[in-house]
Amino acid sequence: MAGRTRLVLQVAAVGVVASLVGLLAWQVATKEKSAGLVKAVARGETPAAPAFDLPVLGAKDDTISLASLRGKAVVLNFWASWCEPCKEEAPLLEEVWQEYRARDVVVLGVNAQDFTSDARGFVERYGMTYPVVHDGPGSSLGRYGLSGFPETWWIDRQGRLVAYHQGPVEREDVVRGIERALSSS
Amino acid sequence: MNRLLLLLVCALALAAPAAAADPPTLADLEDELICPTCDTTLEMSSSPIADRMRAFIRERIAAGDSKAEIKSELVSQFGEGVLAAPPKRGFNLLAWLLPFAGLLLAGTVVTLGARRWLASRPDAGTRTGGGLDPALERRLDDELERFDG
Repeated sequence: MAGRTRLVLQVAAVGVVASLVGLLAWQVATKEKSAGLVKAVARGETPAAPAFDLPVLGAKDDTISLASLRGKAVVLNFWASWCEPCKEEAPLLEEVWQEYRARDVVVLGVNAQDFTSDARGFVERYGMTYPVVHDGPGSSLGRYGLSGFPETWWIDRQGRLVAYHQGPVEREDVVRGIERALSSS
Repeated sequence: MNRLLLLLVCALALAAPAAAADPPTLADLEDELICPTCDTTLEMSSSPIADRMRAFIRERIAAGDSKAEIKSELVSQFGEGVLAAPPKRGFNLLAWLLPFAGLLLAGTVVTLGARRWLASRPDAGTRTGGGLDPALERRLDDELERFDG
């Protein structure tokens, strides 16, 4: 009986240790994968954009998934109302959205780690009419390897990442990214 | 003595609801909440979102919200990750139970190991009151007989 108890305890201990090691390995692998997206795009590769399905800002029952935008070029801009540089680029992104929307280009804002009321105030203040989704917990940030706000990704019609920019964008960055997304086959 | 005990119980019973009804303070909540961008408690952070959260907490305290209500509102905004300690339900329960399970497992392993080690010691029998070694006992008898004789 003592031998059997010992065996059960040994198996349990090995199981616990194996689970913890597995969890650690999974965490490291996930982090490396998301950080690897930036490096892959810098090398000219076009990895698949991580999927998400997030509520539209101010409309909890309405969501936008990245899959639903397949067939369009997407300018995916991560921002927060408390982020100072985000205020600089918001009017520019609105301008580009108005200019390129007829060419099957969508500017999609991802408001993250922010109060919805603050985010709605920001949208109103800067006259943003492009779609904005809200990711309060910031669950999408890790998957895109974000290190701060604002950051912008460009996604082609097939849902692949083609360009990345850290920090506030300039007009030429946005246009170059859009042209790349539209021409990517 | 019994009267004193009764008085103490009554005082505690009256004091408990009064304490629960006390309005929370910012300091009460700051060490129980996490700043979403810096992964430290709110009291340790001076990031813009931490400042904004502190302002929100002050507003809600002024409006008369309880600690639980303020936490619940912040969870609805930022998810359960905003809580420094995970709620004691569902999968999060594991975070509370695993340390105790680990301690229990370690305690059992140490106890079993110690018992096994004690049992395997060469002088285990003599120390545990199992009597003298038969050979030694025979020799002792012989010596005593010789002495008597």
